[in-house]
Amino acid sequence: MATYDLHVNGVVRTVDSSDPDKPLLYVLRGLGLTATKFGCGLGQCGACTVLVEGSAMRSCQLTIADARGKRVTTLEGLGTASAPHPIQAAFIKEQVPQCGYCTSGMIMTTAALLAEKAKPTGPEIRAALEGNLCRCGTHLRVVRAVLAASGQGG
Amino acid sequence: MSALDRMSRRTLLKAGALTVGFALGSIRTEVFAQASSAPRVLDPKEVDAFLSVNGDGTVTLFAGKVDLGQGLRIAMRQIAAEELGIGIDQIHYVEGDTSLTPDQGRTAGSAGIARGGMQIRQAAATARKALVELAAKRLNAKPEDLVADDGKVRPKSGGAGVVFAELLKGERFGLKLDPKAPLKDPSTYTLVGRPLPKPDVPHKCTGSGGYVFMHDFSVAGMLHARVIRPPAIGAGLVSVDEASIAEFAGTQVVRIKDFLAVVAQDEWTAVKAARAIRAQWTAGSGLPDQDRLAQTLRTEPGITEERLVNKGTQAETSPSNAKVLSATYYWPMQSHASLGPSCAVADVNADGATVWTASQGTHGNRATYARFLGLPPEKVRLIYLEGAGCYGMNGHEDAAAEAAILSRAVGRPVRVQWSREEEHGWDPKGPPQLIDIAGAVGADGRIMHWRTDLWLPETTRGMPNIPLLAPEAAGLDQVRGINAGLISQNGDPPYSAENISVVVHWLKSTPVRAAPLRSPGKPANCFAVESFVDELAAAAGIDAVEFRLRGLTDPRGIEVIKRAAALMNWQARPSPRNDTSASLARGRGFAYVHYKHNETYVAMGIEAAVERESGRIKVERVVCAHDCGQIINPDGVRAQVEGSTLQTLSRVLMEEVKFDRARVLSVDWASYPILRFSDVPELTIELIDRPTEPPLGAGEAACTTVGAALANAVFDATGARLRTVPFTPERVKAALNARSG
Repeated sequence: MATYDLHVNGVVRTVDSSDPDKPLLYVLRGLGLTATKFGCGLGQCGACTVLVEGSAMRSCQLTIADARGKRVTTLEGLGTASAPHPIQAAFIKEQVPQCGYCTSGMIMTTAALLAEKAKPTGPEIRAALEGNLCRCGTHLRVVRAVLAASGQGG
Repeated sequence: MSALDRMSRRTLLKAGALTVGFALGSIRTEVFAQASSAPRVLDPKEVDAFLSVNGDGTVTLFAGKVDLGQGLRIAMRQIAAEELGIGIDQIHYVEGDTSLTPDQGRTAGSAGIARGGMQIRQAAATARKALVELAAKRLNAKPEDLVADDGKVRPKSGGAGVVFAELLKGERFGLKLDPKAPLKDPSTYTLVGRPLPKPDVPHKCTGSGGYVFMHDFSVAGMLHARVIRPPAIGAGLVSVDEASIAEFAGTQVVRIKDFLAVVAQDEWTAVKAARAIRAQWTAGSGLPDQDRLAQTLRTEPGITEERLVNKGTQAETSPSNAKVLSATYYWPMQSHASLGPSCAVADVNADGATVWTASQGTHGNRATYARFLGLPPEKVRLIYLEGAGCYGMNGHEDAAAEAAILSRAVGRPVRVQWSREEEHGWDPKGPPQLIDIAGAVGADGRIMHWRTDLWLPETTRGMPNIPLLAPEAAGLDQVRGINAGLISQNGDPPYSAENISVVVHWLKSTPVRAAPLRSPGKPANCFAVESFVDELAAAAGIDAVEFRLRGLTDPRGIEVIKRAAALMNWQARPSPRNDTSASLARGRGFAYVHYKHNETYVAMGIEAAVERESGRIKVERVVCAHDCGQIINPDGVRAQVEGSTLQTLSRVLMEEVKFDRARVLSVDWASYPILRFSDVPELTIELIDRPTEPPLGAGEAACTTVGAALANAVFDATGARLRTVPFTPERVKAALNARSG
């Protein structure tokens, strides 16, 4: 059984795993960080998106060995219901989620986008989120929330 | 920490100027304590089934209808708080629990508010009347001089009141829902009609605050399972090589006849064991040839006919100047394609069975689960937890049955999580729909004759059906109680005509299990009807909006059509447009529905561009005028209309389940693509609020107009008519070629 030190949401978490190929997604959920969702396990839907060293990555496609020593941020690491991160606050204000299963991935992808570009255009927002699927049809609210979070709300 | 403890945290939500405190299930502990001395009243005819006044002055609302993301958690509170006379932050909420909430029927058919909410309104009105009468005695006043407000009853003239809890003194109401209990005048509403925020949203956006998704739920001692699906539908299990998973220590194989699963200590081990296990299966029961499916539906043996609509008495003769048309439309088999694969947890032990499920039919499934578990129904408890949106019946029911069977087999609580491949491959599907329409239009633009022929699986007729996978494979008896949602509705046009008939040809079988999929059947029926109306209008050389208005007398129908046309700045002219040869051809289309002929009114216009060379359709703008009667929560309705429109646009543009002769092949997001951000059009919604009319459903009606509005826009742009969904570039190019040839 090997031991892995992960830097998750600013805290060092030591995790034992006999399998170096265990996806980061299962590791995070095993730590109780269940905001990160299993949607396909194929890197196709974006529901499991987290930040790794600031970049939006599919946690189902990364292994625990890949994540060793890296800084990982999940939805829980941004803010809380009582003290939400500005992106979370914008998603709440726009009442984005319906079922909410894609929401965590949408917010994490947005966090990476806004870190790279403070005021993205509508087309840039759509392009950044193109790999995040939503089945309930909340896309327009997502775009509005991202605009609002980047100080471009109406 | 148990989920119940986690759910018991009081959470606060701040939105705009309004601060609303919600206790997401914090009452549960209290209710359990109560239950030991006095069991819950569950009869939906009783006020106590819906409402309980707590000692601290709060009220608990028990809803049998569940929130799937459509916002019932706030809307039901608005209804109850308004009618009862208590602050919305003083209402605790419990939903979809067979031990705690009344059976309000499956959360389906756009009936959550229209029927479920109105039961709650009547319960609250009955309760308010009783509380006022109790206060009248207590205060030695006349009931008409008192008012229920902010959780107490007080004199209208002012002065201190008595809080509800003090009036009831821990007693139940002991009253039947009184249909004559006076309802509040809508003009005095302070909560109903406001866009109050949904209490679960802050949690869904932060992952904090105690809200628990089905997929994140756990109980102590829980094991993780994966079910092994056969390589072909209907295949039997011949043998299992248990040694093939020997490397996964502590992982059990469970085999019951043709049902096979692995159960492990942790989820990742279960995934790996499921991938590694080797088993021999028989050949399957076979599937039809997909390429010939539409034709074979028509000639399937054993078809029975039923005439659903037969209006008009005049002989079906057409004057010589009438235009007589006929057309065939086809809507393919589609998946619910939930973003999260189905998941459930069950604990079956000597005391009975507890099943945590994201099913829309908690109560309705109880008898089924009891039967295959061999338990009396009162020993089976189903508790709803919200999962990934399911829009009808995805795999949630199956996953819950599998968890229950596995928990019984291994003697521990078991969590079953489906894979993406299972969800796309094995969810029950919206069935294929073949629709013929023949009709005639007079020179004056009036519809003379109309006949619709529908080919539909008999299992959607309200017959017992939808066998669950695990009991079927394990050879266990099950009650088959859910139908696929009256998919034959809206096969007739809402416009006046001399003769209208609708005949349904009931098919003995479907390629795979048929299930309700959002607005069951009506997106296809309305696609055919409103496309054919457009074909008649074009044949008569009459503007599409004008043609519809000529055939309508219902003022609410006329109003949504006029409003949608105004939103589009609709210019009256016949379709197609004059010049249809542009390489990027732009057009506009229109469609209207009166949902189920007695519910919500929707008119929709779509502006689309067709790229001739690629066959690609770019939907540029959708407008929708929507009248669902009294609006409880306008932002909730708006979200539902947005969702209905975009999800159906996805179905119309790109969705079709692909299968070979053995199994479903479209088992991921690459082979079953759905709408992405770059495909999403501008969307303008106008809600018409009618506070004095009954509230109607908002989760389905706007699904039905999308297909025809888009097909009509493509026709307007190009003169080519799309009659088969989805409108793939290949189909568009074929239609363009057929027109130019």
